[in-house]
Amino acid sequence: MTTLDSSKEIQKNNSEVNETHEDFRMFGLITFLIADGMTFAGFFAAYLTYKAVNPLPDGAIYELELPIPTLNTILLLVSSATFHKAGKALLKDKNSDSQKWLFITAFLGIIFLICQLFEYFHLPFGLTDNLFASTFYALTGFHGLHVTLGTLMILIIAWQSRINGGRLTSQNMFPLEAVELYWHFVDGIWVVLFIILYLL
Amino acid sequence: MTISIDPQKTNNESLQPKGWLRYFSFSLDHKVIGIQYLVCGFLFYLIGGTLASAIRIELASPMSDFMPRDVYNQVLTLHGTIMIFLWIVPVVNGAFGNYLIPFYVGARDMAFPRLNAVAFWLIPPSGLMLVASYFVEGAAQAGWTAYPPLSITTPQSGQIIWILSVLLLGGSSIFGGINFIATIIKLRRPGLKLMQLPMYCWAMLGTSLLVVLSTPVLAGTLILLSFDIIANTGFFNPVLGGNVVVYQHLFWFYSHPAVYIMVLPAFGLVSEILPVHARKPLFGYTTMVFSIMGIVVLGLVVWAHHMFTSGTPPWMRLFFTIATAFIAVPTGIKFFNWVATLWGGKISINSAMLFSCGFIINFVFGGITGVALAQVPFDIHVHDTYFVVAHFHYIVYGGTVFIIFSSIYHWFPKVTGKMLNEKLGILHFIITFIGFNLCFAPQHWLGLNGMPRRVAEYDPQFQFVNQISSLGALLMAISTIPFLINVFLSVRNGKNAGDNPWNALTPEWLTSSPPPVENWEGEAPLVEEPYGYGKEISEQK
Amino acid sequence: MLNKNFYLILIISLVFAISFWIGFNVNLLPAEASINAPIYDELFKILFIIGLIIFIGMTIAVIYSLFKFRKRNDQIGDGIALEGNLSLEIVWTIIPSIIVLLIGLYSYNIYDRMGGMKELNHNHEMMSSNTEKIWAGISQSSDNEIALNNLSIEVSAMQFAFLFNYPKGNFISGELHVPVDQKVSMKMESKDVIHAFWVPEFRIKQDIIPGQPTILNFTPTKVGKYPIICAELCGPYHGGMRASIIVEEESDYNQWFNKNKKPEVNL
Ligand code: HEA
Ligand code: HEA
Ligand code: CUA
Ligand SMILES: [Cu+2]
Repeated sequence: MTTLDSSKEIQKNNSEVNETHEDFRMFGLITFLIADGMTFAGFFAAYLTYKAVNPLPDGAIYELELPIPTLNTILLLVSSATFHKAGKALLKDKNSDSQKWLFITAFLGIIFLICQLFEYFHLPFGLTDNLFASTFYALTGFHGLHVTLGTLMILIIAWQSRINGGRLTSQNMFPLEAVELYWHFVDGIWVVLFIILYLL
Repeated sequence: MTISIDPQKTNNESLQPKGWLRYFSFSLDHKVIGIQYLVCGFLFYLIGGTLASAIRIELASPMSDFMPRDVYNQVLTLHGTIMIFLWIVPVVNGAFGNYLIPFYVGARDMAFPRLNAVAFWLIPPSGLMLVASYFVEGAAQAGWTAYPPLSITTPQSGQIIWILSVLLLGGSSIFGGINFIATIIKLRRPGLKLMQLPMYCWAMLGTSLLVVLSTPVLAGTLILLSFDIIANTGFFNPVLGGNVVVYQHLFWFYSHPAVYIMVLPAFGLVSEILPVHARKPLFGYTTMVFSIMGIVVLGLVVWAHHMFTSGTPPWMRLFFTIATAFIAVPTGIKFFNWVATLWGGKISINSAMLFSCGFIINFVFGGITGVALAQVPFDIHVHDTYFVVAHFHYIVYGGTVFIIFSSIYHWFPKVTGKMLNEKLGILHFIITFIGFNLCFAPQHWLGLNGMPRRVAEYDPQFQFVNQISSLGALLMAISTIPFLINVFLSVRNGKNAGDNPWNALTPEWLTSSPPPVENWEGEAPLVEEPYGYGKEISEQK
Repeated sequence: MLNKNFYLILIISLVFAISFWIGFNVNLLPAEASINAPIYDELFKILFIIGLIIFIGMTIAVIYSLFKFRKRNDQIGDGIALEGNLSLEIVWTIIPSIIVLLIGLYSYNIYDRMGGMKELNHNHEMMSSNTEKIWAGISQSSDNEIALNNLSIEVSAMQFAFLFNYPKGNFISGELHVPVDQKVSMKMESKDVIHAFWVPEFRIKQDIIPGQPTILNFTPTKVGKYPIICAELCGPYHGGMRASIIVEEESDYNQWFNKNKKPEVNL
């Protein structure tokens, strides 16, 4: 039997509407990050396959030094923590604190990028030297692109969290939460990347 | 949990153009976007079909005489790419998904209307770019699979444009997929349980999962390929130490799931159409849901069956054989359920019904050749021959395209408020069905007997059979004429349909035709039994 | 009731009978000219028959329902409200599973008999150095067996031709000559893009992938001239990339071989 049940009212409670709205924007972002993660997964799979089946040609140089990437790992992990702080502060309506933490996070991101560029310029191989070199640059470059984007977004929300006239408030946490999730995601990818590219 | 009726959007709507102009605007209305997808897709279908006709004209004679050989390769590449990325995928997902899903979940729009509009508007420019590349410096000519090293060594501009537009189309379908998942899971009307959703929602949920999990891998692969072309890296270039088989793995990791992206929504649509016209509940709802999810899971782990001759280790071939063949089980469940849905019904034989039944017959045929292809020793002989071409046209044309037509006959009254002419519809079905089988059935023989695919010239011994096939293609082209006439006549002077001409029970029929901007005048109805045919209520009628 | 079952059984047996008849009497395949071919055709026959049974059965079911359950003019209302039947659904889950599993096992057996399951040895006799890697291929015998006869041929594929190098005779030919009933072992390499070596009468095909030397073994069983077809899109003249394989009696082959043989050049 078809039930055209009109007795069940659809509530137009506005605050609840907002809540659900918030909720599925986050849901959409998570779905997107899963998709983005699959792009990385594809790159990693390619890299690991190359490693398993394609021996390096004679005389090819493919050496990676550990200090800079280790520093970078630490930078990103710390920046995840500082971002978390920013969220905590905003929740307590301490906008200027939050803004401070956001700037620190962005700063760490920028240092990360500078370190990475530094590493690029001091590596003994270039993009087209050999298969591993190319894959190395593709993977770290793609990740660096994510960091760049993330840093820009952090700067934007930091600007938005200014005290007077700012749009980012404890009532409107979504931009911060979204960027934070994205940032943790980028960190996570880096850790995997670090293990696969540098440690294995 | 409430339905989100965003008060702002109502204001937005009044800013949007009215009448037919809104189909050319950045509309946020899911129904408008659905129609945009459908019409845009159909125009590309005409282009892709024209290219197919060019292929069949060329192949009517054994010599390469109708067009130069490299042009032939461009034509078949464009044909495959357009048909898949600009016709089937946008239409079964984007068009029907956008039109129907909000109705089915009892919402006023999709979860992310803006993202939705962006996803659609990515399509026309990338499609036009693709078609235009043909006129500029020659389009891509490495087949729709774009295997390197061929795709690296052919003229570059065409290939780059091809990559760019496939990337954009991939992005469009990822955005669409995210939107569908969020809408189905998060935007359901209060009180509506997952297991009460019409089957098309489940099909779209499964499809969107595949989209989200596999399309990004294609994007990554194509980015690497474009590096090989532009920046002279060596990922897939053996001269620089690269490995071409890695490309094939990555490509098929997307493109096998892509075939289910092309067919699962069609499975969903046919599950909506059959019960209505057979006046019976959908048989085996629960198993249908599980078989969709089974297909999704299996679909992700069978990609290497396209690579049985490219040198994979034996154990791998064996694994992929078994996994692939097992997809026949969940798929079979669906087909048996559909036949059981027909069984004992009171079937109205109309165009929608005929196209759906044509679909069942064609798809079973194509599926069976698919299971044969899944067997490594069998595939070794027929891989890259016309047998494969026949297999997938039986599925994509005989399956999905038949369902697209069936769905147009079924939902046209809802969209326009007018009925389509049944006589023309049945004529359309008959010519299409005959033409289709005439065109593709003989190709199995061609493949078995030694005609490879993607060739502009062939042994004279195959001429006769190729001509039969070309004749079938001609019939298929002719069959679009009654369809187009039918649509144009009916939009203007069709019989008034009323709100629910089929007496259907799914929610989209419980509003006026065409539906109002936010789908229902009052609140969304709660349909607990979308397939409750033959139960108390109908006996009272 | 008996009547109904009787018709059902009658129809099912008819479907089986027709399918078997077609399966055994309609030949869709080209001539059989290698030891692979009859094995392949055996598999084909089985798949063909099973496929026909399923296809004809489903088609009959659909068309029958359309006729039998069509809505007559005087009818109103709906069909029976039947929503499912657990035992039926179990049946049509299990039967296809069994069919698919049996087909899978059977084709494993076929593939094994064709030699596809043999791992190729990396110090295969035809490899120029121990570090060179064999990537793929079909072998039909152990590597030692191959080493015993001197029918080792190096195939190179390029846009748009095949070249056949006979290392033992130190010459290159555009046609592939082989003696009948002997195992032939080929090492295939591509100079540019992917090609494929396909002889329909032999039912074998193998991609020739640049950068990945591939071994392909086969045994021709029938004297004659067969086409070698490139089956992988390799550029504009892909359709014209063909060669011939000529299978001849051993004496004819030796004659041809000796005529073309070039003396060893000592550097
Ligand atoms: C919508 C698209 C679509 C769909 C749904 C399918 C479905 C299937 N495909 Fe197909 N396929 C393509 C599109 C599609 N394919 C394309 C485009 C290519 C070529 C790509 C290229 O190279 O360009 C291709 C190529 C292709 C190949 C590679 C051939 C080659 O290049 O050598 C293989 C091999 O395994 C294969 C297998 C299958 C199988 C097993 C299914 C199964 O899902 C089918 C399952 C369905 C049934 C079996 C019928 C119903 C079941 C029953 C009635 C139950 C009883 C049946 C049995 C017990 C057998 N397909
Ligand atoms: C996914 C969907 C899809 C669809 C619907 C079709 C539809 C058709 N295909 Fe296509 N085809 C592919 C997907 C599809 N194809 C793919 C993926 C390939 C592989 C490409 C590759 O190898 O890379 C392929 C390859 C392919 C080949 C093999 C080419 C080769 O390997 O050399 C052939 C040959 O016969 C062919 C024929 C046809 C025909 C006759 C139709 C017909 O059904 C088309 C019918 C439609 C029409 C005829 C349109 C009618 C309208 C007009 C003609 C109107 C005139 C125009 C205007 C008013 C503007 N196709
Ligand atoms: Cu070489 Cu096709
Ligand atoms: Cu596949």
